[in-house]
Amino acid sequence: MNNVFQINKIITMKINMQIRLTIYIILAMVFAYSFSCKPKTPGSVSVGDAASKVYVAPGQYDEFYNIVSGGFNGQMSVVGLPSGRVFKILPVFSVHPENGYGYSEETKPMLNTSFGFVPWDDLHHIALSTTKGEHDGRWAFGNANNTPRVARVDLTTFKTVEILEIPHSSGNHSSPFITENTEYVVASTRFSIPIGDEKSRDVPINTYKENFKGTVSFIKVADDGEMSIAFQLVTPGVNFDLARAGKGPSHGWFFFSCYNTEQAYSLLEVNASQKDKDFIMAVNWKKAEEYIKAGKGKTVKAKYAHNVFDDHTHTATSTIMDEVVQLDPSEFDDIIYYIPCPKSPHGCDVDPTGNYIVGSGKLAALIPVFSFNKFITAIQNKDFEGEYDGLPVIRYESALHGEVKRPGLGPLHTEFDGRGYGYTSMFVSSEIVKWNIETLEVVDRVPTYYSIGHLMIPGGCTAKPHGKYVVAYNKITKDRYLPTGPELCHSAQLYDISGDKMQLLLDFPTIGEPHYAEALPASMLMNKQVKFYRLEDNQHPHAAKGESQARVERNGNKIHVYLTSIRSHFAPDNIEGVKIGDEVYFHVTNLEQDWDVPHGFAIKGANTAELLVMPGETQTLKWIPDRVGVFPFYCTDFCSALHQEMQGYLRVSPANSNVELQFSLGQNGQ
Amino acid sequence: MQKLHPLSRFLIAIASLLMISAYFLPIWQIQMWAPQYPEWLHMKIWINNLSGDIEIINGLNHYIGMKYIRVEMFPEFIIMPWILAGIIAFGIIAALIGRKWIGWAFLIILILAGIAGLLDFYLWGYDYGHNLDPTAAIKVPGMSYQPPLIGSKELLNFIAYSAPDIGGWLMAVAGFMVIGALGWHHYQERKNFISH
Repeated sequence: MNNVFQINKIITMKINMQIRLTIYIILAMVFAYSFSCKPKTPGSVSVGDAASKVYVAPGQYDEFYNIVSGGFNGQMSVVGLPSGRVFKILPVFSVHPENGYGYSEETKPMLNTSFGFVPWDDLHHIALSTTKGEHDGRWAFGNANNTPRVARVDLTTFKTVEILEIPHSSGNHSSPFITENTEYVVASTRFSIPIGDEKSRDVPINTYKENFKGTVSFIKVADDGEMSIAFQLVTPGVNFDLARAGKGPSHGWFFFSCYNTEQAYSLLEVNASQKDKDFIMAVNWKKAEEYIKAGKGKTVKAKYAHNVFDDHTHTATSTIMDEVVQLDPSEFDDIIYYIPCPKSPHGCDVDPTGNYIVGSGKLAALIPVFSFNKFITAIQNKDFEGEYDGLPVIRYESALHGEVKRPGLGPLHTEFDGRGYGYTSMFVSSEIVKWNIETLEVVDRVPTYYSIGHLMIPGGCTAKPHGKYVVAYNKITKDRYLPTGPELCHSAQLYDISGDKMQLLLDFPTIGEPHYAEALPASMLMNKQVKFYRLEDNQHPHAAKGESQARVERNGNKIHVYLTSIRSHFAPDNIEGVKIGDEVYFHVTNLEQDWDVPHGFAIKGANTAELLVMPGETQTLKWIPDRVGVFPFYCTDFCSALHQEMQGYLRVSPANSNVELQFSLGQNGQ
Repeated sequence: MQKLHPLSRFLIAIASLLMISAYFLPIWQIQMWAPQYPEWLHMKIWINNLSGDIEIINGLNHYIGMKYIRVEMFPEFIIMPWILAGIIAFGIIAALIGRKWIGWAFLIILILAGIAGLLDFYLWGYDYGHNLDPTAAIKVPGMSYQPPLIGSKELLNFIAYSAPDIGGWLMAVAGFMVIGALGWHHYQERKNFISH
């Protein structure tokens, strides 16, 4: 019995050992396979003391302000670099209930267009104002892609102060790029369309070649920043994508990438990708300016809105304009020249010296770099390879400085570090490629996570890059952050470019869907920030500049409440005599005269957003009571220790009631 | 020797002229720090005016029922320029007459004026810090908010600091010059007495 048991035990042990051995072998094979047979992918960890390079200690400031487009949120965000922290969401083309932008009576006109009130747009690109090609920290411009507009943001208040609609345009993508001294901001059409009177606009889509036109608008920027359309160039129908102005020696020229020179109007992904080369369109805007001055332009009918925000009345006004000057470049032989550029160019970037123009053919396997000098020589020698719609096409080789060979796949945009290198974003191969502008050699490459769109070096598009970092704004996020359902945040990466090798420092999520961004040193902006608006400068027609001016007035069925806020009460805070059928306008003036003391205002049932009123400012909320009762209103911004006490009551009576209009403060039954 | 030493007369004249600076420079300063005001709040007291973050200080102090500070509440601002003008005139006359008694009289006037000024400031501070609005939102039992006469003091979440400002320091320098002038005269007198 004992023996049998022992034999059994030995057999079991043997079997066990065989099973174990097999398992070990399989495991070893799996292990070996996963390490030796599966190809390696680029590592995604930062190296070295990356953390200390992006750490901004409490109480310290970031080195750069990064003004980032919000893409489909229609806003801009203000981010600190190198920390990647978001400081502000700055509403531009989209309503912003958080501060009442687009909801208050004063800001509604900012979003007025020839189509009426448009509460949203798609903001792709940022252009910071420059003087002599260098950042001057005055304004940020942004484009609206869908309902074509250009906006100007004042960098002392981080507030949208002007929006100009662009007539005869569709898909304002190739915008808002600026000339060296911010003489002009451009706005050109991504979607060519038939333009002109109603009859010329109502044409079959398949008459694209004959009837569709592109327009390139040159918007003059006055010394105080105010924008006006100086002239529009009417061009053959293609898709304009991006643009850059010349600088230094090439100042006076503007370069636009164009695709769909096939002039397709359906299934563009195939039909607009047929030609080997599309164009970079070079525009001699100084010449165009001369022709306009000489009266060669043609004034045509147009309908577009021009909206301006006044910091003294704290109110926007919208003016509908009715004409624009156009210039047909085909009538002149020295405004437009086409430079062939491989495969549907996207980015079109000019290096800091102004000598080189980099075209990024998004379907090309190389990056062509054009020489401005050679381009000018080619024009002088009439070194043309043909015409496109009657306009001269320069011979590719004659304008070419050289090609960056095998840079990667899907080149989109190029920025510069000011030390002789270009940095090109590669969408398809998901990397940044650094190359030497003179020798055209690729010297370094780093992966991005994932599918980089735009990239940005502080000042990297100006004559004097501030260098130090490059930021990748990526289109795909996948596994980079804690997942949040189907919709993920967009991701950015910060790289140190101060050494020979680019070094990944930081991943940070972004707001909206950033396209282009710019950054400038903090020292250029931080000391000129407006801290509050001076009450004595407040010229709002409904301002109450002190509690003695607080009052309620009836004008027909309109009730004007001149309300003041100061820590921590409204004046008046008891209002009676409002009736059904009345329209109530709360004109809220914040009487504080100190930094960082906004007051908010909200009333129950308002079909609009709150007001967020900065010190010294007046903003108006319109409210139409629909039922009888007593309605509380209160301060929505935690303003002080007695913020919760900052409230008021408004009594609404039936339409036929004879309650007298009355208002008071502090009469608590005494 | 009833006549003051020439250097002493000169010093008294210079001290008197130096006091003219008080018409152009702030005499006293009060600064307040709180976690919410890392940049400090400033109040400067001039011979006939107040300047600085008065509105902000008023806005904060109303919570604890302190009076609203405004220039009109200080009759001192009307009187002080005249008093100082009188003192300066007296000093110049003292230098011109150059007698020992008038030098000492000038010093005594200066000391009395200084004491009177500080006393006035203390009494105002006492009233400002104790005489609170009974309906104030924040009442801390046993707490008063008298600002420090000189030096610093913690008042709830604030640190208040009170000190002479540049004009005040120049006044003090003028005072020490007068003391020095009389001291110098005394020293010369003794020297002469011993050598005779």
